Amino acid sequence: MATATLTGRQRGGWAAANLVVIVLALIPVVWLLSLSFKTPGAVTDPSFWPAHWTGGNYGGILTSAQFLRPLLNSIGIGLISTFISVVLASMAAYAIARLSFPGKSVLIGLALLIAMFPLIALVTPLFTIERTLGLFNTWFGLIIPYVAFGLPLGIYTLSAFFREIPWELEKAAKMDGATPFQAFTLVIAPLAAPGMVTTAILVFLACWNDFLLAISFTSTISSRTAPAAMEYFSGGSVFTTPTGPIAAAAVVITIPIIIFVLFFQRRIVAGLTSGAVKG
Amino acid sequence: MAPITLDHITKRYPDGSLAVNDFNLQIQDGEFVILVGPSGCGKSTTLNMIAGLEDITSGELLIGGAVVNNKTPKDRDIAMVFQSYALYPHMSVRENMGFALKLAKVPKDVINQKVEEAARILDLTQHLDRKPANLSGGQRQRVAMGRAIVRDPAAFLMDEPLSNLDAKLRVQMRTQVSRIQRRLGTTTVYVTHDQVEALTLGDRVAVMRSGLLQQVGTPGELYHQPYNLFVAGFIGSPAMNFLPGSLEGGALRTSLGDFPLTDEVRREVEGANAGRDVIVGIRPEDFEDAALVPAENRARGITFKTAIDVLESIGSDVFVYFSRGRDTGVSSAELDELAADSGSTDTGADAETVTARLDAATRIREGADAELWADGAAIHVFDPATGRNLSLAAKAGGPVPPAPQQEGPIT
Repeated sequence: MATATLTGRQRGGWAAANLVVIVLALIPVVWLLSLSFKTPGAVTDPSFWPAHWTGGNYGGILTSAQFLRPLLNSIGIGLISTFISVVLASMAAYAIARLSFPGKSVLIGLALLIAMFPLIALVTPLFTIERTLGLFNTWFGLIIPYVAFGLPLGIYTLSAFFREIPWELEKAAKMDGATPFQAFTLVIAPLAAPGMVTTAILVFLACWNDFLLAISFTSTISSRTAPAAMEYFSGGSVFTTPTGPIAAAAVVITIPIIIFVLFFQRRIVAGLTSGAVKG
Repeated sequence: MAPITLDHITKRYPDGSLAVNDFNLQIQDGEFVILVGPSGCGKSTTLNMIAGLEDITSGELLIGGAVVNNKTPKDRDIAMVFQSYALYPHMSVRENMGFALKLAKVPKDVINQKVEEAARILDLTQHLDRKPANLSGGQRQRVAMGRAIVRDPAAFLMDEPLSNLDAKLRVQMRTQVSRIQRRLGTTTVYVTHDQVEALTLGDRVAVMRSGLLQQVGTPGELYHQPYNLFVAGFIGSPAMNFLPGSLEGGALRTSLGDFPLTDEVRREVEGANAGRDVIVGIRPEDFEDAALVPAENRARGITFKTAIDVLESIGSDVFVYFSRGRDTGVSSAELDELAADSGSTDTGADAETVTARLDAATRIREGADAELWADGAAIHVFDPATGRNLSLAAKAGGPVPPAPQQEGPIT
């Protein structure tokens, strides 16, 4: 019974289904928000909304080096990892999309393999390696594995974007006297910008949200990232759990992600390639 | 501006397939040369080799007297117009046209001046600051031309630059391309699969088939003195009619009637050892309504009666279609390829249908019997085995009637 217009009942059914999905997705976030505004004593209070609103949790974490330094680490490590991943991935993806070279399918297979590998199985060997190399508890101790796990993702996303760009544009650039590097940076890369931004967002999100590597390869706030640092928050006394500050910190580290996605969403759908060829 | 020489150019792909086989062509300074042929004949590969976008397997390519086989496109000083135009979508028209000069580190004011001059020639001045996405197909095509013109290169290479335009615009742009080339006097190599474009634009036309150069000549030479079946069938619209024929004594017997043979043709046919079976080619315009043929011309050809299947009047001319000699089909690899290219194998058109172009004054009606005349002096005789034109010597030496070259209807 595929009809173009929905009956009142169908409409109602869809609305209910949509509502269920939205509620399921948003309840934990709202709950987190609510917790972050509760006083330490009211955390166990069964009411959903705080009886007494307080900004104390935010004030506490935003003045504490225990959170601010890890936040800085998160931003720094995330940005550096993203930058390296996107630069390397775009070069690799370009080669995969354009050239046929021996070992190409092996390379693609390896990239996929790395992406599939369960991270938890790698933590122990990587920990030993990092200890030996002196990378443990440093920014690069996290950046290197983040880049390694960000690359397969980047290569796959970007090579799909590069394949979409007409090869004739590159030939035209060559005829116009561009070196291969100029053709890439002046013609191909600007057109693949939406793809690069998409890749950057995905890689950054992966770094930003990582907990497993961050908790394993760091030991002090000099390199600990925000998600890991939240584990080490302390309550007002030995007997209070720091639920409020953790909720506040979770809200704080969620905000950049929301801004990030909202800001770049428009660029992703801009569809820069329109008008390149006939149409 | 420079002459281009292709000396025994061959292109073999790593998988062993031969795309271009021993291609020789001398292109004079300022000449407009067309490479034409059905798809897959190697014309675009040849152009890409001249451009430097594909390696040359063997042979030498000279531009302006210097061997450029191993030079990058950048160092060959040539500009190319692509079929898809390949405009940079993120740059304005002005930036697109000035891109090559910017890369060459030409001062900004010089670039601006050159871009504006080219824009004036191409009537693009008011569009200079727009992006390609906001231009029509014809405007994009002109920007692509402009990008080539701005550089003032030694040669223009054009790869089917008009094939993405609709029929009407294509005819207009064709004239414009021709005008621009004359004005600039730049050596131009132009690839197309459209023989009408080839005949109207080129100083000389090179016909290719399966990687082999078939014939190079002026449009008139190709039309009136085709070297072989393929060229004869490819050039001309509507295409030349081919009929089986056999030599019977001093005459050429076909399903239309017996054509008298001139001594030159007979000697040539006998000398070729081709046997008695030949393929006879007659262009549509070499037929006429018998009633309209002046008495003094009648003896030159033959008259025959036939039922007219279809009649199409386009005002200036009348095209009639009739079928003959279904039982003795012509078979030749070249004809098969032509049929595949023209799409007649797809449409299921009868290969034995003969097309004739008659004077508009004809009273012949569709479905009725009519008496037609075929000009015996204009027929071509081909060897079915090799495809060679056996009547060529006679044609070149004898009085070739200067038939006016007209375009067929655009179908």
